[in-house]
Amino acid sequence: MDLIKEHPVLDVGYFKRHARVEFTFDGKHMEGYEGQPIAMALHANGVRVYRETPDMKRTRGFFCAIGKCSSCFMAVDGTPNVRTCVTPLEAGMRVETQRGKGRVAINPPAGE
Amino acid sequence: MNENEMLFSSGVLTGERKGAVSPPESLWNDKKGGLVVVECPQRIPCNPCNTSCPVGAIKTFADINDTPEIDYSKCTGCAICAAVCPGLACFVIDLSFSPDKALYKLPYEMLPVPSKGDSVDCLGRTGEVLAKGTVEAVTEPKRDRTHVVHVSAPKELARDIRAIRVVK
Amino acid sequence: MMKETTTDILVIGGGAAGLSAAAEASSSGAKVTVVESDLHLGGQLVKQTHKFFGSKDEYAGTRGYKIADILLDEIKQNEKNVDVMTNTTITGYYIEDGMFTAMRGEESYIRIKPKKTIVATGAQERLIPFPNNDIPGVYGAGAVQTLMNVYGVTPGHRVLMIGAGNIGLIVSYQLMQAGVEVAAVVEAMPKVGGYWVHAAKIRRMGVPILLRHSIKEALGDRVIDGAVIMELDDKFAPTGAERKIDCDVICLAVGLTPTTEILSQAGCDMRYVPQLCGFVALRDRTMRTSNPDFWSAGDATGIEEASAAMVEGRIAGLCAARSLGLPVKSDRFDEYWSRLDHLRAGEVGEKIRAGVAKVMRDRWED
Repeated sequence: MDLIKEHPVLDVGYFKRHARVEFTFDGKHMEGYEGQPIAMALHANGVRVYRETPDMKRTRGFFCAIGKCSSCFMAVDGTPNVRTCVTPLEAGMRVETQRGKGRVAINPPAGE
Repeated sequence: MNENEMLFSSGVLTGERKGAVSPPESLWNDKKGGLVVVECPQRIPCNPCNTSCPVGAIKTFADINDTPEIDYSKCTGCAICAAVCPGLACFVIDLSFSPDKALYKLPYEMLPVPSKGDSVDCLGRTGEVLAKGTVEAVTEPKRDRTHVVHVSAPKELARDIRAIRVVK
Repeated sequence: MMKETTTDILVIGGGAAGLSAAAEASSSGAKVTVVESDLHLGGQLVKQTHKFFGSKDEYAGTRGYKIADILLDEIKQNEKNVDVMTNTTITGYYIEDGMFTAMRGEESYIRIKPKKTIVATGAQERLIPFPNNDIPGVYGAGAVQTLMNVYGVTPGHRVLMIGAGNIGLIVSYQLMQAGVEVAAVVEAMPKVGGYWVHAAKIRRMGVPILLRHSIKEALGDRVIDGAVIMELDDKFAPTGAERKIDCDVICLAVGLTPTTEILSQAGCDMRYVPQLCGFVALRDRTMRTSNPDFWSAGDATGIEEASAAMVEGRIAGLCAARSLGLPVKSDRFDEYWSRLDHLRAGEVGEKIRAGVAKVMRDRWED
């Protein structure tokens, strides 16, 4: 894991690291800290590519970390375009590389 | 722009200027405990060196943006300013340490923290290794993770050594 | 039905300026709601491991992340007056009925109708164009700080820093503290833009600061594995001299721009002021905008140091509370302004002084 183990100024306890939880990234089991943004957990696991753009198939990843740039959009538990840099990690989350614009499952209203 | 000016503009002191002058030799050579050397040549809003000095050796600023001026007759070389300065721009150099070595009291905020007796690299203002030094003491005056490392190293480098690197 | 709440003063942004505004306003008895888009309060303060400049009044000599704790403790003293919503982003303001909409997390929406509003939304990072600047490994400097100093995740192994303003210099130093190598800092200008002492700190640790240099392109197929930097002449044109740098992270510290969308939505008079780094609201000395119910403070009013943001937040908090008819210690107003004037008096403050002069108005007509 790419984690800072010691720091000259900050106590390691200062880092927001709560209970360790498991989640999956594209089906692979990974570990992270509950409540930390999903993007940070992925970065600590060495994952750099979070999505691919619709037309040019350019890779995108972590960038602004304040939920503003859309670079880190991923599909989380089936919901696309989740801002992973500001969305807290939960145990059992299913995180997937987003390819293209993402699809939202829409249930048509009854009767149509 | 000449080479020296360009070097200065990148954060390297290339000679004395206001806010970055050495103590007068006459006072410095035999001063037990050493004297402060401040390298703060830019007018910025900052005054903890003055407000933290226990003996008033760093003169009171008329304007908080003033560069520091020192009353060397008062400085005891206690190195509180070295521990407090947010810019890590205060150093204490004790030329009376031994016939051939000076004691350099340098602020340090990296890892690993050295221990007494360790041999460390003494660095100049561009990180160049100038000499090996021996750690004589490590203090943390404000208990705030800024250490002041006391290193003995050749006296003739008093105008050049400004940092250490711990090589383990 | 969407949840609707009301409050005396809505503070948008829980960073240096917003927390100071909330502390000040709540201490005079105003009911304050702080809305913060991040998962926790503190803004940029919580990532700063270096000691702050300024005077004792701005906590000089105290590390930034400790200053966040001091402000949070102060707010706690009036906690019955302060409501905090984190992970909540203001999505719009409806001037017809004075209503804000906000998103909590990704799925839940609320409405907030305050009497008064203080916009302390801070800033966002600028980009510079170069080939491959979009692929993973090119990170904003604030993002790198969040990753390493808030969550303790190593951003990479070897970093090329673009920009030698205070942020580029400070983040370079912080990277070294986190055990990450800094290959070099490149800066297009002929001198560092940040404090000289911050530059000296990393220079003496052996980091080159290459003035009159910029990045030509990032290298890598799916992720960054290097960069080409180029030398510039005094007209910022490439001289032809180039060099490859091995790195897995390219950190952009090329400036910030104020976050002001809400102020525009509120109909505040805005101006583009280069010295303040973008569009900002015109204001009077109370930090009130041309919309009499809106104040602004901190980087949202122009890019400056956190120490100044904290003082502006105090002024806005004080004056917004006063506008509600609450008893405030009015002598503080002059004290805060004298502190701001001192902070801006030096050579680095010259730009700010010129910028503020362009947007400062006499008291707005009632």
